Amino acid sequence: MNTKGTVFKYADNIDTDVIIPARHLNIQDAKELAAHCMEDIDASFVTAVKPGDVIVAGWNFGCGSSREHAPLVIKTNGVGCVIAKSFARIFYRNAINIGLPILECEQAAEEIAAGDTVSVNFDTGEIVDETTGKSYRAEPFPEFIQKIIRAGGLLASLRKEA
Amino acid sequence: MGMTMTQKILAAHAGLPSVRAGDLIEAKLDLVLGNDVTTPVAVGVFDEAGFDSVFDPEKIAIVLDHYTPCKDIKSAELCKTARNFAKRFGITHLYDVGQAGIEHALLPEKGLVAPGECMVGADSHTCTYGALGAFSTGVGSTDMAAGMAVGENWFKVPAAIRVTLTGTLPPYVSGKDVILHLIGEIGVDGALYRSLEFAGEGVAALSMDDRFTIANMAIEAGAKNGIFPVDGVTDAYLKGRSKRPWTVYEADPDAVYAETVTIDLSTLESTVSYPHLPENTHPANDGKDIAIDQIVIGSCTNGRLSDMETAYRILKGKKIADGVRGIIIPGTMAIYRECVVRGWTTAFIDAGCIVSTPTCGPCLGGYMGILADGERCVSTTNRNFVGRMGAKTSEVYLASPATAAASALTGRITDPEPYL
Repeated sequence: MNTKGTVFKYADNIDTDVIIPARHLNIQDAKELAAHCMEDIDASFVTAVKPGDVIVAGWNFGCGSSREHAPLVIKTNGVGCVIAKSFARIFYRNAINIGLPILECEQAAEEIAAGDTVSVNFDTGEIVDETTGKSYRAEPFPEFIQKIIRAGGLLASLRKEA
Repeated sequence: MGMTMTQKILAAHAGLPSVRAGDLIEAKLDLVLGNDVTTPVAVGVFDEAGFDSVFDPEKIAIVLDHYTPCKDIKSAELCKTARNFAKRFGITHLYDVGQAGIEHALLPEKGLVAPGECMVGADSHTCTYGALGAFSTGVGSTDMAAGMAVGENWFKVPAAIRVTLTGTLPPYVSGKDVILHLIGEIGVDGALYRSLEFAGEGVAALSMDDRFTIANMAIEAGAKNGIFPVDGVTDAYLKGRSKRPWTVYEADPDAVYAETVTIDLSTLESTVSYPHLPENTHPANDGKDIAIDQIVIGSCTNGRLSDMETAYRILKGKKIADGVRGIIIPGTMAIYRECVVRGWTTAFIDAGCIVSTPTCGPCLGGYMGILADGERCVSTTNRNFVGRMGAKTSEVYLASPATAAASALTGRITDPEPYL
């Protein structure tokens, strides 16, 4: 699995309230909900983002609420991967459970700039900034989590076991 | 190698003699919780996966609290989805309007949580129940769906930060000030992926409500869970509430902690977290020049009876400042009723406040007190992120009920001490 796209860069502590404000959580339709992704910190995100694009952020991405709507709206907007220095733990679980690829890589998150073209290989954890030519290696997921991802998410993996 | 309290509970629920930080385990769940925002998503996942039964209809709790009584048609549809799911599987613990309260105030009150238990909730503040010596953590809707279907979830066993509490709190400094102080010290990701294990002789003097408030905001330091030892205060709270036997776990004397933080409770003062992160803490006394438009007293953090009592003691016989909107929300129907019976509701209304039935409403910017551009609110809730309570330029200042009540009287951020 791979993705390649343009980078949207954000700061530390991007919380789930800015990823998808709670005032919209009464919306059940994923596409309608996704139109509000990042609106309080980056109003142009939803119009600019294209399938395969990459979000790069600092520490503690996805902190705050447990709302699964947060990784879901990012995925629904076509984002191919989120790279951050670290992820808040519930967001991390949720992203794995719904099949949004995420990678922790401090150096990549530090150096990659907004607007760069980046390609990511999820099998190897290799991140290449094609704009600068630099490459980075993220920690691969533990086998237990890879099993969930290979099965296509948590529920699919449970069904497989049943 | 010794285990922390959290590790012991997880090992027991995974059927293992011992676990170590970093182990990936599958643990049996004693309770799975969802609300009106997260349950409908879980129902969708549950149905899509094709499950046709739940693991135990008595070990699932669905609490309709975020937008209830429903603020609009969309939220009414969410509640309907959750309600129908509960009916379909005979889920015992469905709490709807009239019985519902804010979930993390309600579940302990109803005796649904006991020491040594392992539980998950599709709400980040599920960590509240660590106050009772349970392992309890927030998860997403897919984990909730999996938990409801099979009664298990996977966990990475967390390392822990030991928070040693010494001394006793000064009057009108409360559990809220303790947790805001701690988050200010270690930061919003200071406990990322870890447990916050509270210990030390200072624990004994903390009320159950203070412990709930402290454990509730463990997530705001990034923690997987917050947990307190079980003592006489816990036993007194559980008496008459919990109907099933429970197991008390204690950390081993040689338990390994990644870090230790010590807090002398006697040195703490009323603390306020300025926008837009809970770690941005300041003494309440430094906020005198910050004019406010609204106060909110309530939420899963501070909507309990002792919080209402503190507000009453400060507001009774007084009027809140002109131009300040006072919103008081008791956390459960039982607390609401008690406020009525004790005459506190009358005192709040006479002071110029409104008193709402239980709802998460304003905390997450849902309804019942949304802020306009540039408005400021002193709130006993738990998050002050950009746009959390309304417009993206609005500001939330997190504080204790005492600080919020005192600030309502002056119209500025105010240390409650002189207002006793």
